[in-house]
Amino acid sequence: MAKYNQHLLVCGGTGCRASHSDAIVESLNRALVERNLDGEVKVVMTGCFGFCEKGPIVKVLPDNTFYTQVTPADCDEIVAEHIYKGRKVNRLLYTNPENQEHVSDSKHMGFYRKQIRIALRNCGFIDPENIDEYIARDGYAALGKVLSSTPEQVISDLIKSGLRGRGGGGFPTGLKWQITSKVKADQKYVVCNADEGDPGAFMDRSILEGDPHSVIEAMAINGYCTSASKGLIYIRAEYPLAIARLKVALRQAREYGLLGENILGSDFSFDIEMRYGAGAFVCGEETALIHSMEGHRGEPTFKPPFPSESGYLGKPTNVNNVETYANIPVIILKGPEWFASIGSEKSKGTKVFALAGKINNVGLIEVPMGTTLREVIYEIGGGIKDGKQFKAVQTGGPSGGCLTMKHLDTPIDYDNLIAVGSMMGSGGMIVMDEDDCMVAIAKFYLEFTVEESCGKCSPCRIGNKRLHEILTKITKGEGTMEDLDNLRNLGQVIKDTALCGLGQTSPNPVLSTLDNFWDEYLEHVTEKKCRAGVCKSMLRYVIEPDACVGCTACARNCPVNAISGERKKAHEINQDICIKCGACVEKCKFNAIFVR
Amino acid sequence: MLETGLKTVIMTKIKSLADLRKIKDDVQEKIRLRENADQPEKLVQIKVGMATSGIASGAKEVMNFLIEELEKRNVDAVVTQTGDMGYCFAEPTIEVILPGQEPVVFGNVNVKRADEIIEKYIKNGELVDGIIPRNYETIDNK
Repeated sequence: MAKYNQHLLVCGGTGCRASHSDAIVESLNRALVERNLDGEVKVVMTGCFGFCEKGPIVKVLPDNTFYTQVTPADCDEIVAEHIYKGRKVNRLLYTNPENQEHVSDSKHMGFYRKQIRIALRNCGFIDPENIDEYIARDGYAALGKVLSSTPEQVISDLIKSGLRGRGGGGFPTGLKWQITSKVKADQKYVVCNADEGDPGAFMDRSILEGDPHSVIEAMAINGYCTSASKGLIYIRAEYPLAIARLKVALRQAREYGLLGENILGSDFSFDIEMRYGAGAFVCGEETALIHSMEGHRGEPTFKPPFPSESGYLGKPTNVNNVETYANIPVIILKGPEWFASIGSEKSKGTKVFALAGKINNVGLIEVPMGTTLREVIYEIGGGIKDGKQFKAVQTGGPSGGCLTMKHLDTPIDYDNLIAVGSMMGSGGMIVMDEDDCMVAIAKFYLEFTVEESCGKCSPCRIGNKRLHEILTKITKGEGTMEDLDNLRNLGQVIKDTALCGLGQTSPNPVLSTLDNFWDEYLEHVTEKKCRAGVCKSMLRYVIEPDACVGCTACARNCPVNAISGERKKAHEINQDICIKCGACVEKCKFNAIFVR
Repeated sequence: MLETGLKTVIMTKIKSLADLRKIKDDVQEKIRLRENADQPEKLVQIKVGMATSGIASGAKEVMNFLIEELEKRNVDAVVTQTGDMGYCFAEPTIEVILPGQEPVVFGNVNVKRADEIIEKYIKNGELVDGIIPRNYETIDNK
């Protein structure tokens, strides 16, 4: 058999699979067989490439051609033109929005240029269901290295590297391991927290789908360093593809003996089990997560005792997040100094962000700590959709805050984000433009926390409900100045008194928008005006009598019969009946209806 | 099915770090092409003109020869195909970029001349006959 000359990598992440990437793999294979090229070209289904905006992605190697929005129907042309004749299919190439030129090589795309991929190193590069490809990329070599070293040495290296927890808290990972390792117990556990719950965040899912072995290897290393023989992965049942890939990976690792008894000939034994969560946001909090794994209600408990002393089944338990784990094998192989040389002063390495909202390049990115918000939004993210004006960026999910124009040059790291009133969180980044109302945004996040609050402590259960009621009142145009004072005071009290991280951070979206968008709140309260036109009850749809020709189109399409008027004469909208649905504006061919 | 990538054969256990390294060496070949593609500027890059006239004159054979021989002779290279380079009078044509150097285009490359190009130009930087002055820019460089 001839050697493979080319590899066709097809994204097999959840997003691209939803757009039929498995049919793309089939069609490519069929087209190759038809032209007798199947012995020369190999089709590989990989994990996520990150550029989800333009998925499904097909990447041709070795020339790095990056085809976007590929459909199964395009596959024949790709094979006939590119593979057979060497001519790139221009219509499928990425178009640079600035100069409308085709960019064929992914290395020249603004989206990838600023990225450094450590946690995502294998995503979109290897076949996640093939352990050999992971081993070929130095997989399990870190575990081998660790097993011939002492736990103390490994932990000291990890502390030196400066790695901090990527789930949001930012606690130094090495220190966490050290604490767990020093507790004496007959049984200890290591747990991977894969309960990714922030709306719009999907970095952990992508790592598990694209490179599951990196997490398994790091958990085994964690087990060796803390003398734990059992690992547990707590993953939400809403991630079926990640679960399936993890199961394949666990089985392969066991078959190779990389999990099980006497790993790599050492006296270290370790295995991993999976635990499924029902998708409750609070279960990302480690004590709630542990209770859920034990079969109890997913409710947090007061710390201390920390899980490192008394966790799963009362035994010492080390909980780390997926992305934290994915970094560890590389740190061990390349050394703590290498890792510490990347990033900012107090936050080392890189961080994966899920870019979403009103941004051109929606997707998954990994940048060094200390990259500015401006670089992420404009250079990697490609700026705001449809040329609109940037208004705010929400970092840290429902626990984070909204940052504005004046924060754009803030270098992103744990401490800087907290200093400006937001937080790193797990890495969600939602961009908002001039059409977003900040009061409504704060209300949206509060809706989420009210829904997800476990109800155990009253500040979170009752306080957030009251915050939400006040915000609803303001968006209905019934707010008073006293309400604004109450928002701030109540928010502060919840922050200070709630039991767990969920409650302690839930007022952040409200407090940060109060700080950064005070004038918008004022407008809602004093002028009863929503400048973005989002808060419907403040809008009035009005027909301009001079422009109206009396065609009756609006009246016929109004679902509540709020519009009246004689044929060929100006019509009128009855404000008491109008539900502000906007149907009339869409139907009016004479631009005679205005929103005020 | 989600588990199509799974091998059905029973895998041998990896019992030591040496076993792991051995497996790594065996399987690395499978992804070398991808690793090389990740850093083409550090390697020898060869583009083979594969338009109709190129294929008719034997470009495919030359390309397979280059890929196999470069590997046998331990030269890390990225061999890609490209469309018509415009030198139909001198097909098959190949463009060779040594790390950090300007591209050089060779015309009338058959297997024998490909062998000469590997030995003289790629390994030692000696120029051989049949160089065509390069008269275009590619969009790849943008």
